Amino acid sequence: MTTAAALVAEEPRLHYLNESYGVRSWLLTTDHKRVGLLYLISLTGAFFVGGFFAVMLRVELLTPAGDLLQAETYNKFFTMHGVIMVFFFLVPSIPAVLGNFVLPLMIGARDVAFPRLNLLSWYLYVLGASFTTYAVVSGGVDTGWTFYTPYSTMSSTTQVMPTAIGIFIVGFSSILTGLNFVVTIHRMRAPGLTWFRLPLFVWSLYATSLIQILATPVLAITVMLLGLERLLHVGIFDPALGGDPVLFQHLFWFYSHPAVYIMILPGMGVISELVTCFARKRIFGYHYVAFSSIAIAVFGFLVWGHHLFVAGQSVYAAMVFSLLSYLVAIPSAVKVFNWTATLHKGTLEFRTPLLYALGFIGLFTIGGLTGLFLASLGMDVHVTDTYFVIAHFHYIMVGGMVMGYLGGVHYWWPKISGRMYPEGWGRLAALIIFIGFNLTFFPQFILGYLGMPRRYHAYPDEFQVLNVMSTAGASILGVGYLLPMIYLLWSLRYGEPAGNNPWDATGLEWQTPSPPPRDNFEVTPVVTGEPYAYPGREPAHG
Amino acid sequence: MPLFPEQASTLAPRVDALLFFLLGVSTFFTLLIAGCIVVFAIRYRRRPGNEMAEQVEGSDRLEIAWSVIPLLLCLVMYAWGAQLYFAAATPPPEALEVYSVGKQWMWKFQHLSGPREINELHVPVGLPVKVLMTSQDVIHSLFVPAFRVKQDVLPGRYTQLWFQATRPGTYHLFCAEYCGTLHSGMIGQVVAMEPADFQRWLAGGTGATPAVAGEKLFTDLGCITCHRGDAQARCPELAGLFGRTVSLTTGRTLTADEGYIRESILDPGAKIVAGYQNIMPTYQGLVSEEGVLELIAYIKSLQTTEAKGPS
Repeated sequence: MTTAAALVAEEPRLHYLNESYGVRSWLLTTDHKRVGLLYLISLTGAFFVGGFFAVMLRVELLTPAGDLLQAETYNKFFTMHGVIMVFFFLVPSIPAVLGNFVLPLMIGARDVAFPRLNLLSWYLYVLGASFTTYAVVSGGVDTGWTFYTPYSTMSSTTQVMPTAIGIFIVGFSSILTGLNFVVTIHRMRAPGLTWFRLPLFVWSLYATSLIQILATPVLAITVMLLGLERLLHVGIFDPALGGDPVLFQHLFWFYSHPAVYIMILPGMGVISELVTCFARKRIFGYHYVAFSSIAIAVFGFLVWGHHLFVAGQSVYAAMVFSLLSYLVAIPSAVKVFNWTATLHKGTLEFRTPLLYALGFIGLFTIGGLTGLFLASLGMDVHVTDTYFVIAHFHYIMVGGMVMGYLGGVHYWWPKISGRMYPEGWGRLAALIIFIGFNLTFFPQFILGYLGMPRRYHAYPDEFQVLNVMSTAGASILGVGYLLPMIYLLWSLRYGEPAGNNPWDATGLEWQTPSPPPRDNFEVTPVVTGEPYAYPGREPAHG
Repeated sequence: MPLFPEQASTLAPRVDALLFFLLGVSTFFTLLIAGCIVVFAIRYRRRPGNEMAEQVEGSDRLEIAWSVIPLLLCLVMYAWGAQLYFAAATPPPEALEVYSVGKQWMWKFQHLSGPREINELHVPVGLPVKVLMTSQDVIHSLFVPAFRVKQDVLPGRYTQLWFQATRPGTYHLFCAEYCGTLHSGMIGQVVAMEPADFQRWLAGGTGATPAVAGEKLFTDLGCITCHRGDAQARCPELAGLFGRTVSLTTGRTLTADEGYIRESILDPGAKIVAGYQNIMPTYQGLVSEEGVLELIAYIKSLQTTEAKGPS
């Protein structure tokens, strides 16, 4: 992209980080960049708390006997791991941190459409997180993050309600972010920035926001019905009260399957930015990549029943949901092919963000392809509720989304902080994460096909070797995740000053100083061309 | 260390064949993508002489190719999987029946010829076995990896699965749906035996058959006072009911299966047979899930006597 406006030459002395100081100036800020940083800090906390539970689970699973943790504790730990990682890290991760920070910058806007609402969404996140934290410290909850009834309503004696209230509240945070982004993208684009000149990250955020707005209310309804049954014994899900337990699963997955796309679409958007920037190449098949995001968002609403293939749903419903699940695979495949084709004839610079992007493509491919196993009815019967499923969705959510998130954090870190992170450490961490991830989760595919059920505190002896491999991988992965936190903090003080555009990238966000001033741009940029307009050489003939 | 599960049912090799097809396709695409990335990474790395990318437009032809080819492959996976699922969902009519009740945290099994088992299920090799299941508390799921079968077990209704064991042996039986504290302790084994051994095992069992126990319940609960089976009875006749088409007061018809009989015992007002009044009290809380299964076995046995005559 180019702007007609001449860029300000001198270093900005005043930017969003130093224009005001003090706790008040942060807690009452309406600057989307500061709200993004508030989210960054909160989500980093959530990630490491959720990660702590994961480590404890993996340590317990080193031996077949349930010896380190009691069964009760183990069940609470996997529940808290799931609840925190899904609702308090993965769903908000890229939209709330990176989206908040760069979306207005990428479209040449001063802020999001509703800055106060944006701050409110962070407070709702914190309030929701407080309820869930209360649930953890007051005894924990043991239903699994899926809260299946009637266990969650009639049987569990743990802190189901505080957790449910926390999720209910944090859902509104998600809805408000989505709403804000949709309006921002519609109304706040810089002059000349037509829909098909938008960076693909913006398209993916738009698709994500649609899901956040349309699906999250169903989660709120579901949680509310769960509360009604648990507290007031209104018979909705418990057959003893005249309810239907499978109804809960329909409602829950009507949100939670689209939510899987909330958790991966923004990551896909980040990858489109990283691949183009570090190949210095326009994206292959812009329109296909953009519309595949929308297609995933739309089809994503129609496949929830594939979580119920053995739950007692009708055979014919299962057939329809299986077919639709295959259709949603196609736009994902289209993205992978287009990213790969974008690398072709590029000029690849292997900086940390590109390493994350390549890792994402590889791991997402495996995650996506194993999804085809689960969509296949006859196969799903055997592998559902086993470690195969665990491996599959971790390849998508951790191999995909967390890689995308870290890639994005590294890519935009110079813009966020005004400093460069240490490149060598960055590459090393990316490599460690890639290796640790595969060692952790690949053995779980085999475990799953062998028949090891998920959520097992103790397991038969013959599964031990693969579990030890998985735990070994998890410890490597843990180190990999700690490294960026350390060196990124280090770089805040000691990193090289980044300059406006350290990557020589084309996005509007790189045309303003790093860190950006309070209002993002000195002069509103005017867009005259396509995104990713990198200089090109003549085609080589012969 | 096993890397592949045992194949011990007629379904297992069929599921594994689908697995190998899926693995083949996935491996091909994974290697294709990984191969392209590695080759491009080396060939197009930034170096003197390659500072600038060659900017290309997309290609509609390629986009169509890499949408349509995967779609066709997906349709094959879909059809193959759906066909297996249908087979797994349709027990052969001659299948041997076993009743099962899941509860926190054990599996109870009841053979129609008498023996009861807990966390252990003896079955013959070479004959189809159908397990009719319900839960008396939360959702469980019966999973036998060596047979490649799994089915959730729900409170308030019946679900079923079937298999035909092919090799004698002892196989894991797991609960696959999280059901509370000792979920991972809700495990047991399936013992597949040669038919002759199985007959011997059955004969060694004690206890009344569920049909006999059901008959006793039928009398004890007073069912017999209304379901007398004569023309003046205030309630429908039960002999020959199972599997018959029933007309309801609403005008609908249904086939009397286990689920219908269960519902009629626990929630009698839900579906009234045409020509009768809604006068039956509920037996919810008065009869356990096992009791209901025994009553069903008894009603089914009435069917056998009527249809085949004394044998």
